[in-house]
Amino acid sequence: MVKGARSTRSTIALKMLMAVSGIIFILFVLLHMYGNLKAFAGHDAYNEYAEHLRTIGEPMLPHAGLLWVIRTVLVVSLVVHVWAAVTLWHRAGKARTVKYQVKKNAASSFSSRFMRWGGLTLLVFIVWHLLNFTIGKVNVSGGATNDPYNLLVDSFDVWWLTLIYLVAMAALGLHLHHGVWSSAQTLGLTNNAKARRNAKTLGWIVAVVIAGGFSLVPVFVLAGVISK
Amino acid sequence: MTEFPDTTTTSDPSHDAPGEHGDDAAGYYTPGEPIADTKAPGGPIDDRWSTRKFEARLVNPANRRKLSVIIVGTGLAGASAAATLGEAGYVVKSFCYQDSPRRAHSIAAQGGINAAKNYKEDGDSVHRLFYDTVKGGDYRSRESNVYRLAEVSVNIIDQCVAQGVPFAREYGGLLDNRSFGGVQVSRTFYARGQTGQQLLLGAYQALERQVAAGTVTTYTRHEMLEVIVVDGKARGIIARDMVTGEIETHLADVVVLASGGYGNVFYLSTNAMGCNVTASWRAHRKGAYMANPCYTQIHPTCIPVSGSHQSKLTLMSESLRNDGRIWVPKNQADCTKDPRDIPEEDRDYYLERIYPSFGNLVPRDIASRAAKNVCDEGRGVGPEVEGVRRGVYLDFSAAIARLGKEGIEEKYDNLFDMYERITGENPYEVPMRIYPAVHYVMGGLWVDYDLQSSIPGLFVTGEANFSDHGANRLGASALMQGLADGYFVLPHTIRDYLADGPFEKVADDHPAVVEAQQSVRSRIDHFLNNNGTRSVDSYHRELGNIMWEYCGMERTEDGLKKAIDLIRTLKDDFWRNVKVLGTNESLNQSLEKAGRVADFFELGELMCIDALNRRESCGGHFRAESQTEDGEALRHDETFAYVAAWEFAGDPESNGMGTPVLHKEDLVYTAIEMKQRSYK
Amino acid sequence: MRLTLKIWRQPNAEAAGAMHTYEIDGVSEDMSFLEMLDVLNEDLIAKGEDPVAFDSDCREGICGMCGLMINGQAHGPEVTTTCQLHMRSFKDGDEIVIEPWRADAFPVMKDLVVDRGAFDRIIQAGGYISVNTGSAPEAHSVPVPRDDAMRAFNVATCIGCGACVAACPNGSASLFMGAKITHLGELPQGQPERDSRVVDMVAQHDHEGFGGCTNIGECTAACPKEIPLDVISRLNWDLHAAMRHGH
Ligand SMILES: Cc1cc2nc3c(=O)[nH]c(=O)nc-3n(C[C@H](O)[C@H](O)[C@H](O)COP(=O)(O)OP(=O)(O)OC[C@H]3O[C@@H](n4cnc5c(N)ncnc54)[C@H](O)[C@@H]3O)c2cc1C
Ligand code: HEM
Ligand code: HEM
Ligand code: SF4
Ligand code: F3S
Ligand code: FES
Repeated sequence: MVKGARSTRSTIALKMLMAVSGIIFILFVLLHMYGNLKAFAGHDAYNEYAEHLRTIGEPMLPHAGLLWVIRTVLVVSLVVHVWAAVTLWHRAGKARTVKYQVKKNAASSFSSRFMRWGGLTLLVFIVWHLLNFTIGKVNVSGGATNDPYNLLVDSFDVWWLTLIYLVAMAALGLHLHHGVWSSAQTLGLTNNAKARRNAKTLGWIVAVVIAGGFSLVPVFVLAGVISK
Repeated sequence: MTEFPDTTTTSDPSHDAPGEHGDDAAGYYTPGEPIADTKAPGGPIDDRWSTRKFEARLVNPANRRKLSVIIVGTGLAGASAAATLGEAGYVVKSFCYQDSPRRAHSIAAQGGINAAKNYKEDGDSVHRLFYDTVKGGDYRSRESNVYRLAEVSVNIIDQCVAQGVPFAREYGGLLDNRSFGGVQVSRTFYARGQTGQQLLLGAYQALERQVAAGTVTTYTRHEMLEVIVVDGKARGIIARDMVTGEIETHLADVVVLASGGYGNVFYLSTNAMGCNVTASWRAHRKGAYMANPCYTQIHPTCIPVSGSHQSKLTLMSESLRNDGRIWVPKNQADCTKDPRDIPEEDRDYYLERIYPSFGNLVPRDIASRAAKNVCDEGRGVGPEVEGVRRGVYLDFSAAIARLGKEGIEEKYDNLFDMYERITGENPYEVPMRIYPAVHYVMGGLWVDYDLQSSIPGLFVTGEANFSDHGANRLGASALMQGLADGYFVLPHTIRDYLADGPFEKVADDHPAVVEAQQSVRSRIDHFLNNNGTRSVDSYHRELGNIMWEYCGMERTEDGLKKAIDLIRTLKDDFWRNVKVLGTNESLNQSLEKAGRVADFFELGELMCIDALNRRESCGGHFRAESQTEDGEALRHDETFAYVAAWEFAGDPESNGMGTPVLHKEDLVYTAIEMKQRSYK
Repeated sequence: MRLTLKIWRQPNAEAAGAMHTYEIDGVSEDMSFLEMLDVLNEDLIAKGEDPVAFDSDCREGICGMCGLMINGQAHGPEVTTTCQLHMRSFKDGDEIVIEPWRADAFPVMKDLVVDRGAFDRIIQAGGYISVNTGSAPEAHSVPVPRDDAMRAFNVATCIGCGACVAACPNGSASLFMGAKITHLGELPQGQPERDSRVVDMVAQHDHEGFGGCTNIGECTAACPKEIPLDVISRLNWDLHAAMRHGH
């Protein structure tokens, strides 16, 4: 028997960390998506927005201060989220070392079973994405990298880059479809059938809105609607 | 299931009192000294239990840690006792053959548990519950035990509610009751159709709490195969670890058997597959008397047999009789028709017709025999198995019209689902078909008021003992008895015995231990090295057929004598020809069954002898020779108002039964007057 | 009907196991799944082969002793226990793959028999209300709203069969544990120990080596008693509350 058990040392506590960090991600991507959609407003509006992000709070905060606050929160969340995911994955692996010869899934959604591989896809994507737009500022078309709007348009003019993004958005959509309801369940908010149904519906909505919303910009760039 | 023989009734059965025909069982047994219960205090019946509790000596808390108790069985009787004795501070070891204490057969009880709470203010009282139980048992139970049972019944409900047992409640948040088989008050507490499960989980959780506290150690997948008796006192058991095959010795100051009933001697019954008589029978062979072994309860509402592959029968809770109406077609020609096409006037609601005041709620033995009779007349329904349709309708259409489908769903949903799963028919649309099946045994090891058997230091509780139900058990009384024994009776009476302890330590190589070990080993070796040709199950099935045919719902002198011969022959063949593969040193389910079936053979024989001796009809025991002119059971109080306590007299070494010795305990009623039962 | 059975055979806990194929004929649709296996075992015994070990006791869906993985589904294709599954759910010529519950917390002991002692230890950790015999107040002293009592009952029907663990891709016992937490947490009697109960049970669950729940929902679909996923939410909520209360 376990002596001196602590709530904070349980798998459920890990799951709560995942849920909280996941929700932080959701809030971030919502904001981020909103920002991206500014691309439809044209070059100047978009760049202004990018600049605005860096000047909020001045002079109370240093230049790009809020951005750094957000970045810090995001990095911490990412570390926590990924660490918890890996720990749980590892535990689940140890919980059943002999696999079934035949195993059917009766009730689970594809998205729920794809969380881990999908999460990994997202991780790879995020690394690439940051290299692409923030840290490395790689412009595969060889153009300038100091103009956010142009960098964006240049990038998505390349079909395979757009494809990578669309795949990533699909992964994100799936992750959110399960993640939203799952985090509600983890936080103990779905104590009856109705609440559970609502959380699942919300999962669909968030998934479609975010994955769809993000996909608009690359698709419309490729289609030539958004251009320099 | 084999066909039941046509029984002939004597010309004027009401005058066919015993004595006129001599002793039916003469030659099959040896008369022994009468016995009596010496523990129940005299005086007014409602003071006896408090007097006994007061007189039972105390054990001081510091000493309890030095006293050890072995409890075989984790059903309601065993788990509640283990938890309570653990709380009191004794060192308890608890055994069961399942992989968890929670799976004991009590889990399967459906209908409910009686208690004299009188929450309905409908005239119930401790005295009425006592009266109903004695009457239900056809005046063959011991009155002081039954009175105590009724008395502590109220505490059981309090205890279970405090443990979190989710009994059904009314809108006001108070406990609901229903009336149940054979009584006219509402005193049955229930948790939908899963009362036994919820009560057992309560007891199981209390037990596991003590495991965590370190007072109880559980030994699951352990089968008790022998009692260790040292200097006339029960001091331990031999148990086989069913996974490793290890034959373990467990010693203690006192041993409690709460090992349940032996209905599986009939092969087909509503009991779980593993229910057995081994624990009791091994104790019987070591000197514990077996009382009234022939008293078997046949339950009227089971799902009929569908074929020869059948491994067990499924009970549909008796509570269904509250709302379902039982009928068969008036005309044999209608038996194959869709029941919905048979008009009202062509239906025979035979229970309502014969027993107008109790109707569908007559006691189990009456309902069962009535069903058998209408089927024997050729008016049974359902598939023909071996030439006879064995089934009667249990019809809910009136209840559905009255309460709505939802009302019925709420009450019986899981039972209806279960019925549909097994038969493939939807009982909301087509009436259910039911037929009687062996369900419960009122017989068991003889115990005194303290629940102590004839071996000092061996206590017996729950269905394994004989004391509270007489010749017939009222519905919802077995759960009450199991919990009464375990929570409230045994913990008091056992302390009087333990007050003399701790007893001298028994060495692991004490001759009694070695002897018990050897007896277990030699049986196992015999089975494994027998190189026979027939499987254990095939013997068990054949034994069951004999028992059902000749020692089932209706018994006759000739039938019983024939059964004894058949059993003896089959038993010989079993020992010579049974085939058990594998080894002892692994999980070996055939080996486990072989030991159980071996004991069933001896028990079956004793049951027939007991039934033969009791030339009267009482409760679940119906002797065709003893009935009234209109076919009702006829008791003979002047001759048979006794408990038949059988002493083993065979050679303990061999597999012979010998000639058992019959000790009679006279039943004396001071608080109640013996009457012929009438439910008309 | 005639069937091909592929069954996991393993002589004991230490030995390696493998799938074996058996043919069986003359199966009737009124047989239960376990009666079909009984028939197979009678055949095997007649041939001098070791019969297949599997657990069962009540054979009426209440004790929780039985449990097989049948064609990749815990307790087979219907929402019921293995013992209540009838052969009318299969058809002539079917191939049926039968495996034991797989979870490292449920080690295989022989063939299809596993050790579910971990469930008992989870209950030992706190799955009870601490009330000594004889110390209970009068049953009517605390009324319980009917809906609460019904909800408590609905989840108290868990039979501890382990199908939830067997079906869960993570090998988690959250449904089992959640059912007990919800049963006791729903009743006034269960309140005093609510925090410590959930913390201790979850710690034991993790200690036994069950996986963490990621809300996949296979468990509830396999559960013969249809314990809903709410109980896991409730479990999480209670742990959350215990955290806030500093446990
Ligand atoms: C289907 C069904 C429905 C019923 N419904 C009702 C009802 O509604 N109301 C009512 O009052 N009664 C009912 N009964 C009767 C009642 O359930 C039983 O009589 C009662 O539960 C018996 O309890 P027990 O504790 O004596 O034994 P059990 O619960 O049978 O427990 C026996 C224990 O002994 C152990 N054991 C047995 N042999 C050995 C051995 N050799 N070695 C080790 N361990 C051993 C077993 O593992 C088990 O733990 C019903 C019975 C059945 C079959
Ligand atoms: C960056 C965007 C991401 C978002 C918005 C996000 C969101 C979420 C959310 C909301 C949950 C549900 C938490 C819960 O069940 O309680 C979740 C779970 C999970 N996430 Fe992420 N996540 C992201 C990235 C990642 C990454 C990079 C990984 C990488 C390994 C990952 C792996 C997982 C896993 C394994 C789970 C648990 C699966 C489950 O709960 O069913 N996620 N995520
Ligand atoms: C089609 C979809 C997307 C587009 C077009 C896009 C575009 C951009 C651009 C242009 C930047 C740079 C902004 C700046 O530096 O001012 C950026 C930064 C970022 N994006 Fe995205 N993004 C997309 C999807 C995502 C997704 C799905 C995630 C997370 C899962 C994400 C996470 C980030 C992060 C973390 C930054 C860095 C913010 C910072 O620290 O400055 N993006 N994105
Ligand atoms: S929750 Fe369901 S599947 Fe799990 S043990 Fe309980 S009854 Fe079985
Ligand atoms: S399937 Fe497993 S992941 Fe959770 S919801 Fe059920 S325990
Ligand atoms: S054998 Fe009891 S539930 Fe299946």
